[in-house]
Amino acid sequence: MPITVNGNEAELPHDPRVSLLDLLREDLHLFGAKKGCNQGACGACTVLVDGQRVLSCLTLAVQCEGRHVMTVEGLAGDNGLHPLQKAFIEHDGFQCGFCTPGQICSALGMAAEFDRGVPSVITEDFDDDGVALTPEEIRERMSGNLCRCGAHNGIVAAIAEVHAIQGDRTDSREAAA
Amino acid sequence: MTPFTYSRASDTASAVQFGAMAQAKYLGGGTNLVDLLRETIEQPSSLIDVTGLSSAITPTADGGLLIGAAAKNTALAEHRLVLSHYPMLTRSIVAGASAQIRNMATVGGNILQRTRCAYFYDTEGSRCNKRSLGQGCDAIDGFNRNHAILGASSSCVATHPSDMCVALAALDALVHLQGPTGARVIPLVDLHLLPDNDPGKETVLLPGELITAIELPSPLVGGRSTYRKVRDRASYAFALVSVAAILAVEDGKVTGVRLAFGGVAPKPWRAKKAENALLGAPATEATFRKAAEAELAHATPLSGNGFKVELAIRTVAALMTSLAGDQS
Repeated sequence: MPITVNGNEAELPHDPRVSLLDLLREDLHLFGAKKGCNQGACGACTVLVDGQRVLSCLTLAVQCEGRHVMTVEGLAGDNGLHPLQKAFIEHDGFQCGFCTPGQICSALGMAAEFDRGVPSVITEDFDDDGVALTPEEIRERMSGNLCRCGAHNGIVAAIAEVHAIQGDRTDSREAAA
Repeated sequence: MTPFTYSRASDTASAVQFGAMAQAKYLGGGTNLVDLLRETIEQPSSLIDVTGLSSAITPTADGGLLIGAAAKNTALAEHRLVLSHYPMLTRSIVAGASAQIRNMATVGGNILQRTRCAYFYDTEGSRCNKRSLGQGCDAIDGFNRNHAILGASSSCVATHPSDMCVALAALDALVHLQGPTGARVIPLVDLHLLPDNDPGKETVLLPGELITAIELPSPLVGGRSTYRKVRDRASYAFALVSVAAILAVEDGKVTGVRLAFGGVAPKPWRAKKAENALLGAPATEATFRKAAEAELAHATPLSGNGFKVELAIRTVAALMTSLAGDQS
């Protein structure tokens, strides 16, 4: 069974030592995910595997057999950039751009975790359904992604804006139903 | 990395059969092992991927919980029965690592992760008895701010890095093991070994033995619990000191207490001396502090981590006082 990357099937490497990150970059020439530290400290290699954000540098590619991998290259659709990509541009959520693909993939996984009720270390009340995705929650939940340019304020603003808009859409759908 | 073969275990029996072969290692999420492979600290000839084995989280007949060792850290932290019955466990898990790592790491792998002592990872430039017995330890006279003050030895002062294990130690968790010669169940607090003269031997696991599940007994009746982690930055850092505490108070007296420390010892540290000092005692900040002092009385701080003694005492006192306040 091969691996699926951004909707396209790809062959797995023969050598089990190849990381998912090296498969993406060296074999598939998808250069969005970055090799920052290559030891799980910086988050620049973050991709989504079956919808979960993971570090591709610490994932052996062979462990992804039959799984669906999404990288930043897979986000733009027929209508152009993904809303989160647009928001990063509008809010100056980057300077050099090295960490950006990891930030964006991480933010998508983070929003899904938040929406299904995964608490963070600063979430005070686990029983409260009304916990808001505050800037503090975003900072905590995105702490695995470093930005050495210091664009964190723009990153948090972009994530907060897109999550709020999508939350409004969900609310209006629920109201209409 | 040195070359290795890779296979995926479809059931526990076949995993253990392959795992018993020389130079075989079990692979979970890889968040620590892949790093160790890259540094050539681990050089297995074969990896047996056990992430496809049981990850189920199910209630037990006596009101506890059975957690398949392949459950991801996030899956355990967000499980509704953990949130409602063992919130301290969730708090400990989400205090550890980053969200990406928690999504990858398995419960079994979290327990068996190795120390993050920088000298252990510096294969080129540092001496380390854990890597190579007899070399010496460069941490003892080095930068040892993060190192142990309890349970260490003259051969090794590294700490066990897990947050989750500290909560598991306080919860009286049991570890289910399957080995080539059979299955057994042991308390989590008996799984890890202190370094003594052989810091490379970190657990009581027999060759080929695999963690298949973690069992939590039913929660302490009337107990309040929480986890507090003190670290150099607010997120994504290992603990300087962490405390998992369960406290039950009746008529101002401690009727039940379980206490464990992280960041201060080579293993998740169950603070039995402090617990013994507290049972039946008045639930006051002064008593909590005194109990913590009893636990830390035999601490052996290093050149750079003497602050941990007072930090641990104050963290216990503050945490227990807030738990007691919740019950008055």
